[in-house]
Amino acid sequence: MAPLRRRRHSKPDRLVTRRTARWLDSRLGAAKFARSALGKVFPDHWSFLIGELALYSFVVLLATGVYLTFFFSPSQEEVIYTGSYEPLQGVEMTEAYRSALDLSFDVRAGLVMRQIHHWAALLFLAAIVVHLMRVFFTGAFRRPRELNWMIGVTLLILGIFNGFAGYSLLDDQLSGTGLRIAYSIALSIPVAGTWVASLLFGGEFPGPDIISRLYVIHILLAPAAIIALLGAHLGLVVRQKHTQFGGGERREDNVVGERVWPSFAFKSIGLMLITAAVLSAMGGLAQINPVWLYGPFDPAEVSAASQPDWYMGWLDGALRVWPAWEIRAFGFEVPAPFFPAVLLAGLTFAALFAWPFLEARRTGDRAEHHLLDRPRDRPVRTALGVATLAFYTVLTLSASTDVTATTFGLSVNAVLWAFRILCLVAPPVAGWIAYRLCRDLVDREVARGETVPKPVPPPRRTRDRPRPDPRPTPAD
Amino acid sequence: MTTTEGRRDEAGDAPEVRPEQARQGERLTAVAFAVSILGAVGLAVVFSTGGQPQLEGILLALALGGLGVGLVVWARYFMPHGPAIEERKPLESSEEDIAAFTTQFEQGEHVLARRGLLVKMAGAAVAALAAALVFPIRSLGPRPGRGFKGTPFRAGVRLVDEANRPIRADEVAVDGLLTAFPEDHTDAADAPTLLIRPGRSRSDDGAAGAETSDRTSEAAELLAYSKLCTHLGCPVGLYQAPEHLLLCPCHQSTFDVLDDARPVFGPATRALPSLPIRIDDEGFVVATGDFEAPTGPGFWDRGR
Repeated sequence: MAPLRRRRHSKPDRLVTRRTARWLDSRLGAAKFARSALGKVFPDHWSFLIGELALYSFVVLLATGVYLTFFFSPSQEEVIYTGSYEPLQGVEMTEAYRSALDLSFDVRAGLVMRQIHHWAALLFLAAIVVHLMRVFFTGAFRRPRELNWMIGVTLLILGIFNGFAGYSLLDDQLSGTGLRIAYSIALSIPVAGTWVASLLFGGEFPGPDIISRLYVIHILLAPAAIIALLGAHLGLVVRQKHTQFGGGERREDNVVGERVWPSFAFKSIGLMLITAAVLSAMGGLAQINPVWLYGPFDPAEVSAASQPDWYMGWLDGALRVWPAWEIRAFGFEVPAPFFPAVLLAGLTFAALFAWPFLEARRTGDRAEHHLLDRPRDRPVRTALGVATLAFYTVLTLSASTDVTATTFGLSVNAVLWAFRILCLVAPPVAGWIAYRLCRDLVDREVARGETVPKPVPPPRRTRDRPRPDPRPTPAD
Repeated sequence: MTTTEGRRDEAGDAPEVRPEQARQGERLTAVAFAVSILGAVGLAVVFSTGGQPQLEGILLALALGGLGVGLVVWARYFMPHGPAIEERKPLESSEEDIAAFTTQFEQGEHVLARRGLLVKMAGAAVAALAAALVFPIRSLGPRPGRGFKGTPFRAGVRLVDEANRPIRADEVAVDGLLTAFPEDHTDAADAPTLLIRPGRSRSDDGAAGAETSDRTSEAAELLAYSKLCTHLGCPVGLYQAPEHLLLCPCHQSTFDVLDDARPVFGPATRALPSLPIRIDDEGFVVATGDFEAPTGPGFWDRGR
């Protein structure tokens, strides 16, 4: 109990904290475990904070989300609006949309909570994506962390899905259009499409149940899955210990950094509070998703410039740039949206899940790694990563073909064709530039004699261990 | 902030802080906490006097941020910065542990192996239970039947506006466009219909005119197409009258009204289905059947 040693009151058992600790320990015997937990070392690098940012955005999501559930009513029952927002007085709408308006205008602190919640969702997914990039480009996914990489990818999928489910609940014109597109995408699945759509929506669009079903998913099933996987994600970090960059005293067989108690804990809790503070300021000052301007959902109407939240942009963009190609044979068809929506999403996440194993097979490097790569030392991986990023960035930008065209006075036709060409050209060009940059950076370092690039370690099954390894090692 | 050389496994020492630095650190931390307190008090005042979203956001940010900045500054000035070093122990279990586990597991395995039939039966029972539990999923929605292919439009059903008021053919102006629904089904999401009277009639348009010979002369200029985009079902809401083009605002599919609403641009692959109409004796627009094809997006057995 090192931290308590410095307390001024030296009579230990006078302290409530100590008495509580003793009370707990006599029942749990946790002193040894707690001691090692407090003494755990976390490496210090700015890029390791990005994952924490995602975690703390999620904390903000939970806190604000619980508040919102007290007032939101996920019902598709038709009601007449009588709240305090004048322009919609007397308009027929669903109970879900009415309660979203009440949250925005009539519940004290409702609007600020709604806006913090939405901003936090955007930050949550942004932090996850940047964290994934950090892990990818530094090779932190390699053995023994393949499992944690896959848990992370699952968290990304759950995050994207739950973000979409969340903003689809409000039943405004924009979210209804998004749901209609989701329904049509489900419909496009070969053979099972009509069944999938009917079971998800409880019948033909708009379906009587979709809001209440999404609500249960959004506030219970998906968050529970995220919490469970987050626990596993962090548990594996504790078990396998954090990765670190090499250099100085940092080696494969140690962790150099700050201990959890008190330095790391104070800084990390500080980061949590600062994250919440920035999101609060944004929630108060920066308007987001002003549903009262969109009006209630009407299946016969749509507003121009319907764009989804940013993390759905790549799918929306892919739907725009995919040409009018579909497969028809024997009276059956695979509609065009299947390819850019279902197939692209499936391939994207399948490739992400498989990446650690694909790379290990390609390089033959199956050794345990605890030191991170510098991206420049792995030019092929870096180039592939940059090319992939370029592809998804172009797709995301493609979701704004109409806005780009109207903003710059261009024809939508020309803008669309530009994006179609960019989808094919940008990835190889970006990848090639990244590859050259990596090579040049390393060459320059060698020329200046600053650092000799680390030689690629020979493929080994495990780290050197005193005991013999009975299993055969792959050819060195 | 220490420059201590070498390893320090025990990082219990606070960094040596010079007195003026200590004063500065203490002042900064105290100010941050004070800001937090003021923010919290302000928040309480704003809440109790009715609330104001912008102020709530700012004050909440001050209350949380002050506390957060205080903790970080405190850690920077007065807490050990390492380097603390922890050894990594091998992740794999020792051979003895693996052997002990294997032995333990095999004991159970032997017990099971002796009753092979029971193991198989238990497996079959679990599989049967799992299969039975799939069936409740069927309750989630009805069997996708004809409803996916048809709309409430039938021969003799009048076209109405949003308020269920029948539409007269002469209400649609030249170059104008109306959204219509089947009478008494204004909420049918698969049936919104566009009534268009293109400024240039089909008979002026050479070849296209011949195809419309089956329509009555009054209705020849009045066209009725499904309003749902054949790409993903968004309402095709934008009509560019000079070019006779219908544009979907979702993914910019564009349909040529004078060419049977065939797609001329964007990701849509099929024409907007047309609705056969006639004009009755009172001048109202009446359907003479359902759409020529299922409306909205494509699906597996749409053509069957």
